[in-house]
Amino acid sequence: MDLSAINPILFVAGFLVAATPLIFAALGELVVEKSGTLNLGVEGMMITGAICGFATAVETGSPLLGFAAAAVGGALLSLLFAFLTQIALANQVASGLALTLFGLGLSALLGQSYVGIKPPRLPDINFGPLADIPVIGPILFTHDIILYLGVALVAGVWATLKFTRAGLILRAVGESHDAAHALGYKVVRIRTLAIMFGGACAGLGGAYISLIRVPQWTEGMTAGVGWIALALVVFASWKPWRLLLGAYLFGGITQLQLNLQGAGVAIPVEYLAMSPYLITIIVLVILSRDKSAAPACLGRTFHASS
Amino acid sequence: MGIYMKLTTLLASAAVALGLATTGYADGHEKTKVGFVYVGPIGDGGWTYEHDKGRLAVEAEYGDKVETVFVESVAEGPDSERVMTQMALDGADVIFTTSFGYMDPTINVAAKFPDVKFEHATGYKRADNVSTYSARFYEGRAIQGHIAGSMTKSNIIGYIGSYPIPEVIRGINSAFIHARKVNPDVEFKIVWAYTWFDPAKEADAAKVLIEQGADVVLQHTDSTAPQAAAQEAGNVVTFGQASDMGQYAPFPRVSSIIDDWAPYYIARVGAVMDGTWESTDTWDGIGAGMVGIGEISDAVPAEVKEQALALKASLADGSYHAFTGPLKKQDGSDFLAEGETADDGTLAGMNFYVEGIEGDIPN
Amino acid sequence: MIRLEKRPQPSRAFSLATPVLAVLATMFFGGLLFAALGKDPFIAIKTIFWDPLFGEFAFFYRPQLLIKGAPLVLIAIGLSLGFKAGIWNIGAEGQYIMGALFGAGMGLAFYPAEGFYIFPLMVLAGAFGGWIWAMIPALLKVRFGTNEILVSLMLVYVAEQFLASMSLGLLKNPEGFGFPGSRNLQQYAPAHNADLIAGTGMHWGVVAAMIAVIFAYVLLTKHRLGFAIRVTGEAPRAARFSGVNPTRLVLFCLGTSGLLAGLAGMFEISGPAGQVTIDFNVGYGFTAIIVAFLGRLHPIGILLAGLLMALTYIGGDIAQSKLGLPAAAIQVFQGMLLFFLLALDVLTNYRLRMGRTEVA
Repeated sequence: MDLSAINPILFVAGFLVAATPLIFAALGELVVEKSGTLNLGVEGMMITGAICGFATAVETGSPLLGFAAAAVGGALLSLLFAFLTQIALANQVASGLALTLFGLGLSALLGQSYVGIKPPRLPDINFGPLADIPVIGPILFTHDIILYLGVALVAGVWATLKFTRAGLILRAVGESHDAAHALGYKVVRIRTLAIMFGGACAGLGGAYISLIRVPQWTEGMTAGVGWIALALVVFASWKPWRLLLGAYLFGGITQLQLNLQGAGVAIPVEYLAMSPYLITIIVLVILSRDKSAAPACLGRTFHASS
Repeated sequence: MGIYMKLTTLLASAAVALGLATTGYADGHEKTKVGFVYVGPIGDGGWTYEHDKGRLAVEAEYGDKVETVFVESVAEGPDSERVMTQMALDGADVIFTTSFGYMDPTINVAAKFPDVKFEHATGYKRADNVSTYSARFYEGRAIQGHIAGSMTKSNIIGYIGSYPIPEVIRGINSAFIHARKVNPDVEFKIVWAYTWFDPAKEADAAKVLIEQGADVVLQHTDSTAPQAAAQEAGNVVTFGQASDMGQYAPFPRVSSIIDDWAPYYIARVGAVMDGTWESTDTWDGIGAGMVGIGEISDAVPAEVKEQALALKASLADGSYHAFTGPLKKQDGSDFLAEGETADDGTLAGMNFYVEGIEGDIPN
Repeated sequence: MIRLEKRPQPSRAFSLATPVLAVLATMFFGGLLFAALGKDPFIAIKTIFWDPLFGEFAFFYRPQLLIKGAPLVLIAIGLSLGFKAGIWNIGAEGQYIMGALFGAGMGLAFYPAEGFYIFPLMVLAGAFGGWIWAMIPALLKVRFGTNEILVSLMLVYVAEQFLASMSLGLLKNPEGFGFPGSRNLQQYAPAHNADLIAGTGMHWGVVAAMIAVIFAYVLLTKHRLGFAIRVTGEAPRAARFSGVNPTRLVLFCLGTSGLLAGLAGMFEISGPAGQVTIDFNVGYGFTAIIVAFLGRLHPIGILLAGLLMALTYIGGDIAQSKLGLPAAAIQVFQGMLLFFLLALDVLTNYRLRMGRTEVA
């Protein structure tokens, strides 16, 4: 055993990257849930974003265009969910699961000719002398632009929800769609926009995996990140900054586990792998005292004349 | 019991009706039908992808004398049993089942279709119409170990394992033995990913190993994630796994182990065609071409490359065995005496590290 | 402009007609997809829907339909009780795994003993495993008010890790040459959930699924508890006034769904699957959620929906091997089917009206 082998600076920098797909996907879902809709199709939208982004980046040679295409792809797929749940008033749990199934199949079909290809690489931003600052430099100033976009988006969502009229309306719709409707807000339209935002974010998260973290395309490569994102939203009790913290915690546990193994610490891997989920449950129990956390209309179907 | 007998006869007579009762097919159907059952999608870029390349090689070899069919992403258990039965009913003459977990289902279905040949990959149960085949990937690991031990400067070699099973442990031991041979100071850092397939986790594992000082990373997982991580780090050597991963050549990928099932599949289908098929247990390595060694790139120093090729040649012609004594187990007890080589039984069930590897095998 | 108007009563005609419409729409759009992939759409549709039922080898596929459908129906029946009452157990996959592990563990503990009591004990253990795993979200909900959707989902991942640990460790076959996976229960007669009549696919899990369908039907139509479930789902406040105890209802619904999922896992592992392996679970727990909704949360509907899902799986595999359709195309096809079923369901509860609405 040699714990000195673990370099804390690289460890931190590592989980910042590992957490980024989670941040995107979970943040999108947070907005969706704030509007009172539960979309369990995150995994399906992520994997669709992963292939849309990958294919576009390969064809155009531009990773940034790839990310744009991933956002569009995710948002388009989420429209299916919006149609089912907002127009056809179908059950959200079942629609979300169906979306995941569909997305996994669709992405595999789209990706058939992209196996074994290396995508163009998105370079890290050059911060010049900032990157040379001890400790902080390598942790904070050695990443690609999308990673910073993720953090900025957290701040943006936080500010929007807290300070803007749009955020207020979104929350109102999530708390009581009937009241919001009575006040003249277009509940269906607002929720559809929220769902599309969620889809775009999930798509970006998926593309971050296929273009930066791995980078390659293989079927089913998101390997369950979308489900973890769902847990993370609850873990964060629908608060953007807590979500950021939670994503680092979730990402950090995997990194820590691998680091400990590398350092020769005999740890029961399966039990450590369970820990994020167990911690989420514990957090849920603690949070349950705070009844205001969850949007009151979460998962409920809205129909104007009812 | 009576109904069971009836069903068996029914299944068998259905098979006969389709004209696949004998090996010769003098009875009308001209094309030899070959079935493949895959555990993953053919787009996995690794295990299943390579098996499917073998299938395409069979088609290329025999042209319109064969017809191949496949079903991908078949879960082990009852789903696989159903798919195999379906292929047999549809007139397959030989069925390749390409995952360890298909072992018992293959045996079950084979018992119901005595005239259909079955080929099960990586298992150990056989019958009159069931052969097994597997590849001696550990031979390739020996070459990787040699190159890794020669090229490491930090003397730390990282190893990404999937699950702690004999196949993987054998590879670790083989690589370690040959790395130590050329570099007595070398150490292995082993990280278990506990997944067959999760590219993001493989990327993490590779990064962690690199951060902890490894400048060579060996992987027993099939994605290119570790290659990309190594490329980003800049000075880390990697090896392709399952497929050549040539898109990362000449560096960081300096060589590779390629699963090459084509020669075997072509030979076995040929045997079915000319009626010479027999139940066999095949465990082929570099010599028979089942384990391909991807081109050793020029990033490898010339003399190391020469030694690696010599090692490859000696493994191929059988003059050298990757597990040759004297070797001790991790706990210091004797494994192989001077000049003794490991028998296949020991290799197949290998569940211990050799002397010098640190850490325990998780269980 | 088209708008929706809620029907005073769900339309019986549409509740029967929409599934048929959805299947037809899926056939049409799925056919377009298959044609786009260069396959004959008519042959593809026939291969998926007709061949398993009435094709040359239907004698083999029909029993397979039972094998594939039984766990789906068994789990979905349990889930539907909770769903009706607004109690969301989406962690049936975890309960299925735990039922299988408890059941198989019980059986393997007796190995190689003989005895008529072994299998019944395994059934009990399997039911207990699923039940206890579902009681975690149930008790947390009752005691702390935590969200059962998320707790039950989290426990799926915990169960999966547990499964990996068991198949590599405690339950590993000591005669398996070090490979992961337990002994095969199919080769240990006292623990084997064999076909009751060989070759028919009728194993105890199928029997259990049928009993569950009848049980749920009677419960929902005749029993007080069924009334409580329906009222709670439709009007929670009215339910409380009419004396429904929400705590007991949560414990009952989650407990029952866990128990049935555990049974499904146990019957699967001791029968068709045979072995505890790392990848033993194939997603029945999640698919069953879809089945429950496709079946409109009605016991008979679930039975039919389970068989329909099984049919698309079996037919899909046949289409892969016979026509060379990629598995992904089958997945998209299944996704379409679900979308159409879910989308058209709106016609059961709502009427389409042309023209502007005057209500604000």
